[in-house]
Amino acid sequence: MSTLHTVNKSPFGNTALSSCLGHCLTGDAVLLIEDAVYGALDGSAMASEVKARMGEVALYVLEGDLKARGIDAGKLISGAQPVGYDGFVDLVTEHDRTQSWL
Amino acid sequence: MKIGVVVSEGPYTHQAADTAYQFVKAALDKGHEVPRVFFYHDGVNVSTRLSVPPQDERHIQKQWTALAQDHGIDLVVCIAAAQRRGLLDENEARRQGKDAHNIAEGFRISGLGQLIEMGIQTDRLVTFGD
Amino acid sequence: MSDTKKFLYVNRKPPYGTIYALESLEVVLIGAAFEQDVSLAFLDDGVFQLTRGQNTDAIGVKNFSPTFRALGDYEVTKLYVERESLEARGLSEGDLQEITYEDEDDDWEEKPSIRVVSRAEMAKIMADQDVVLSF
Repeated sequence: MSTLHTVNKSPFGNTALSSCLGHCLTGDAVLLIEDAVYGALDGSAMASEVKARMGEVALYVLEGDLKARGIDAGKLISGAQPVGYDGFVDLVTEHDRTQSWL
Repeated sequence: MKIGVVVSEGPYTHQAADTAYQFVKAALDKGHEVPRVFFYHDGVNVSTRLSVPPQDERHIQKQWTALAQDHGIDLVVCIAAAQRRGLLDENEARRQGKDAHNIAEGFRISGLGQLIEMGIQTDRLVTFGD
Repeated sequence: MSDTKKFLYVNRKPPYGTIYALESLEVVLIGAAFEQDVSLAFLDDGVFQLTRGQNTDAIGVKNFSPTFRALGDYEVTKLYVERESLEARGLSEGDLQEITYEDEDDDWEEKPSIRVVSRAEMAKIMADQDVVLSF
């Protein structure tokens, strides 16, 4: 049993990603969409908090939102996996429930 | 799998309705079923047929109407949220004594029970909001 | 599998500044008729929804906080409030409204609906649901 968590806001002005990371359990997945993709930038003030959960929690980033914002995949925290909308759908079906951190 | 979708922010201001649209298209392409999309909070504003975006921009309402017609998706607009925000179908307009109605083709106005029912009847529920 | 699903309503936003808290409560009230296994989670700024002494006279917006006290009549009796979220906001359980329900399985004894839980417990409650609705 596991959960897909989605977050859609930049972590630099909003606590949704922090709260999500504080509540997800080992085996869960976190998918960053829309403005939350900035949360996967390596070297940012948020990076250490995100990295601290990786290993227990899989981190995915919506590719279309990365490209729209001009973020090269090479700029991401190591292990963060870009996925398309089809990958998003797979994550939803592979996990038992989806929780949106609005 | 049956996937239910909630859209809880309005069009153009928030990306939610766009992300939900891309997600639903991808889910259908993969052979999943999306029986219903429920529009709540400002998400109800997606259903107005009076939106006229610039020609070079996407027309969010028309995208949803076309997708619903092609795939038989039930687009439900929450009646309580809709009435607060001035969205009425023909029946409601008559009942409320209003001189106009503005719900686009493919959308229907109904109660919050449709959201709960979607949660009960689908295998997964995904919310797009802000 | 039983016909009943576990529904969790997650409340992370304060009241009045935006409509999310009120419209979440409206879903809970309508949803009660479907006789599902319902829980409400209050965390982050959502804990502000439950505070005592709300008075909206001056802002011209309806005060919906008394409605939480009626949830017991709708058989909505599990209101989980996160301790860490309270503490981070300088609040304790005493700052929250008293919300109770009458337990029909226990000679209609009046019991508290609010259950203050740790963040770790909240994470487990979230992971135990069939449907999570976020507001």
